[in-house]
Amino acid sequence: MATNRAMDLVRRSAAEAPATVQFKDEVVKLIDVSKCIGCKACQTACLEWNDRHEEVGFNTGSYQNPHDLTSESWTLMRFTEWENTETGNLEWLIRKDGCMHCADPGCLKACPAPGAIVQYANGIVDFVSENCIGCGYCVKGCPFNIPRISQAEGKAHKCTLCSDRVAVGQGPACAKACPTQAIVFGTKDDMLTHAKGRIDDLKSRGFNQAGLYNPDGVGGTHVMYVLHHADKPELYSGLPKNPVISPLVEAWKGVTKVAGLAALAGAVVLGFVHHVVTGANRVSRKDEDEASRLVEDGR
Amino acid sequence: MTQGAGEGRTTVVDRYTTAARINHWITAISLILLGLSGLSLFHPSLFFLTGLFGGGEGTRIIHPWIGVVLFFSFLGLFLRFWRLNLWRAEDGTWMARIRDVLAARDENLPEIGKYNAGQKLVFWGMTLLILVLITSGLVIWDQYFYEYTTLGQKRVAILVHSLAAIVAILIWISHVYAAIWVRGTVRAMTRGSVTGGWAWRHHRKWLREEVDKGHAAPPGPGRA
Repeated sequence: MATNRAMDLVRRSAAEAPATVQFKDEVVKLIDVSKCIGCKACQTACLEWNDRHEEVGFNTGSYQNPHDLTSESWTLMRFTEWENTETGNLEWLIRKDGCMHCADPGCLKACPAPGAIVQYANGIVDFVSENCIGCGYCVKGCPFNIPRISQAEGKAHKCTLCSDRVAVGQGPACAKACPTQAIVFGTKDDMLTHAKGRIDDLKSRGFNQAGLYNPDGVGGTHVMYVLHHADKPELYSGLPKNPVISPLVEAWKGVTKVAGLAALAGAVVLGFVHHVVTGANRVSRKDEDEASRLVEDGR
Repeated sequence: MTQGAGEGRTTVVDRYTTAARINHWITAISLILLGLSGLSLFHPSLFFLTGLFGGGEGTRIIHPWIGVVLFFSFLGLFLRFWRLNLWRAEDGTWMARIRDVLAARDENLPEIGKYNAGQKLVFWGMTLLILVLITSGLVIWDQYFYEYTTLGQKRVAILVHSLAAIVAILIWISHVYAAIWVRGTVRAMTRGSVTGGWAWRHHRKWLREEVDKGHAAPPGPGRA
């Protein structure tokens, strides 16, 4: 998919972004885990709208299908059965996994291909397939382990937050399909207000640790969760408590990138200067004569 | 062979066999292509270099394969030359007089065998780095080896791979520079031979050994 011109860009991978930003309203997809019934309508809607084709899977004793995100399945219901020791209840925690659309996207930072990953002013982080080279750097850059490389296409894929729908004023396909309105979509302000209402409701019903998942480590996200156990996000199939872009990735795409190139340029300059100062190291006539004498004596 | 090799004449000493030179140039071409393709994905300002390899995707696909070629080609060089690159007493002296080396005061340096300490450092440095590069490279060769390592291991590998590549290119720059600066060196890898004077000046111990073995020939017609 090409860059969507209906939305303003703020960042492009491995390139400068255009400076003209007119619409700054940030959007958010809010996923209320407490309202999710695990029906997978969102998974189906995602495949339908984006015209992706998942292979027929097999059962491994869990409702989770496919077993992981793939280059086709950009969103996935992850099922966890958790025994709450405080209440003695068995809780069925279902989290709709997918791209979080970080304000500080690790995928975009890692990407070497100009314009293959873009960030729109509304917060959507999108992959532009025509610029993607399939190197998989985004996979290493992502703190949530989301992007997948299609072996068939040689391109990276992930949730686009239905940027093509959002650009024309629609919500994402998953939100549209959700029968319980566990997935809602709107401006960031509206979603934060909505989340607050939901969290207050959960707290009134005994979920004292209910809260919003909008991690600071990645500058906040444009996909947020309402969690009944916001103090323990790891319960929800390993949702990271403090996601950050790996320091290894920061070192690789930060100081190494700049200092490495500078060192190479420096070495070339050093060689040039040395040659100018010292002059060539030439073999003298005397060296040749000495060698000739040695060869003569040696035979 | 009986003509005098006295004043005003130039002797010629064989330094590399044809096979060794072909081995070297396969390694050299692979290393240059790896450097260009690797750097093109390392810094955005060099992304245009992917054009040499048929675009970004072409670069991504071909880079690891060239790495495999380099690995086996360098392995050939390693097996040929590792004995000659073992560290010797005079190498320490040579290193201690690095100022004389850089100032081209070869007369102050000890007599050196086929390789001096600098060349040996290039040899062992490249040996070590190519091992690091092929290992870390396989870890991030997602097309075939994605499932064998964790994401954490891949992140370590890609940082190590880029750091090792930078050091390898630095060594390559010094290798090429030394060959240019020390005049008369390049012909060892193009024609396979050097002049006696070059050997006398830079690798006198090696020259003496070659003369003892009867390998150094006075200049016949068409040799020099």
